[in-house]
Amino acid sequence: MTMAEPLAAEFWQGCAQGELRYRRCEGCGATQFPPRPFCTRCGGATRWAVSRGLGTVYAVTRVERAPTPDFAALAPYDILLVDLDEGFRMMAQGAPGLGIGERVRIAFHRQGERALPRFDRHGEDA
Amino acid sequence: MAWITGVGDTAFGRLEGETALSLMARAAGAALAEAGLERKEVDGLICGYSGTLPHLMLATVFAEYFGLAPRYAHAVQAGGATGAAMAMLGQRLVDAGECRHLLIVAGDNRLTGQGRDSAVAMLAQVGERDYEVPFGPTIPAYYALVASRYMHVHGLGEADLAEFAVLMRRHAALHPGAQFKDAITVAEVLASRPIATPLKLLDCCPVSDGAAALVVSAAPGETRLRIAGAAQLHRHQHVSAAADLADFGLADCAGRARAEAGIGVEQVDLLALYDSFTITLLILLEETGFAPRGQAAALARAGVFARDGRWPLNTHGGLLSFGHSGVAGGLAHLVEAARQLAGRAGARQLRQPETAFVHGDGGVLSAHVSLVLRRE
Ligand SMILES: [Zn+2]
Repeated sequence: MTMAEPLAAEFWQGCAQGELRYRRCEGCGATQFPPRPFCTRCGGATRWAVSRGLGTVYAVTRVERAPTPDFAALAPYDILLVDLDEGFRMMAQGAPGLGIGERVRIAFHRQGERALPRFDRHGEDA
Repeated sequence: MAWITGVGDTAFGRLEGETALSLMARAAGAALAEAGLERKEVDGLICGYSGTLPHLMLATVFAEYFGLAPRYAHAVQAGGATGAAMAMLGQRLVDAGECRHLLIVAGDNRLTGQGRDSAVAMLAQVGERDYEVPFGPTIPAYYALVASRYMHVHGLGEADLAEFAVLMRRHAALHPGAQFKDAITVAEVLASRPIATPLKLLDCCPVSDGAAALVVSAAPGETRLRIAGAAQLHRHQHVSAAADLADFGLADCAGRARAEAGIGVEQVDLLALYDSFTITLLILLEETGFAPRGQAAALARAGVFARDGRWPLNTHGGLLSFGHSGVAGGLAHLVEAARQLAGRAGARQLRQPETAFVHGDGGVLSAHVSLVLRRE
């Protein structure tokens, strides 16, 4: 496997520290995710920002047939697309049974070498 | 003008003792025979890619293996849209005067040479390496995310998707080379093994061995079958980067291809749409203009896409039942459309269709190629 993008390494370091990091354009203010050193809208430079980790489920699937033996040990697991309140969309795992439109909050779970983002229901009890 | 003068293929399924190159050679040989061409008359060659024979120069490798010395040759990579993209490029090259007889060929022995588990693992890497793959998605999971959104927006259920698995199987039953021919019911689709909800095993195309080929020429063959229109659209690669999972913008792509051919949907007699998963068909039918939004399944139940319906769809059984052998799987849609227009579809033959609309989709509804084929 080739080296991760430098910004990806910083993103995953953020996860290990309990932070969901994204980029914001210094020129037009657009959010940039996945993180890139430039803004794909205007080409301007971007810098890190930290998300509050709150969002809304945009799409969801439960993976029953995993891609590799490592993941097969964890299956079934839910994968979400989440629209974060700051205005970007990301893929992550989710607590079982979340539905489209539900409010969610990010948490980080140790999986192998990584702290993996996983969204839980963000409800009245949160 | 660019004309399809020959098509060829192999059966799809488990083909023991073959390689990607040997399968490609079978399909290419059949296409040249139908076009009435000697190898030395082929002056252009476009290949797809192969999962079992990854190579930097597959077209040149195949030219040497098969015995061609083209003045133009290279491979094309656009995922599932590669077959349609190669046909579009062939049309453009012939129109530009670059080639007189251009061979388009793809083949793979994914099933026997690679195996299902390895293919699943390979294909999952199509995801974004740093921001998707760490979460354990698969190709079905990417399309399942699309399906979840589609079902949410339109208030539809898994039975609506299943309708298309049943239809593809019914069509495949009439093709001697199809991988799966036993009839299935909606209930059986719904009861099949879950893969990535809402998609079950029978919502997903299989992994197959097989090959397909066609010849694009500067002069018409006796079938007078022309590539009359072509267009592409590329708006994202990864599912998490798609702006709207309920609108991939394909009306524009399909519309440009039909405009080049000078036709509208009302002139189309036959559909050949990429069908990696059942959900793919619903989205392509609706976005390319053959069903109102959210209505594809209702039209399918009404028989619109059956062999005797208004727009017969994938009369060979599609990827879902004819089989999916990588690039050849998408090329098989073109082979079938050409055979129908030429009146050479055997037991599957429709009543004198003149115009086919073909659409290829690569990635997760990422790379799109629309084509119009017409009998002149
Ligand atoms: Zn900007």
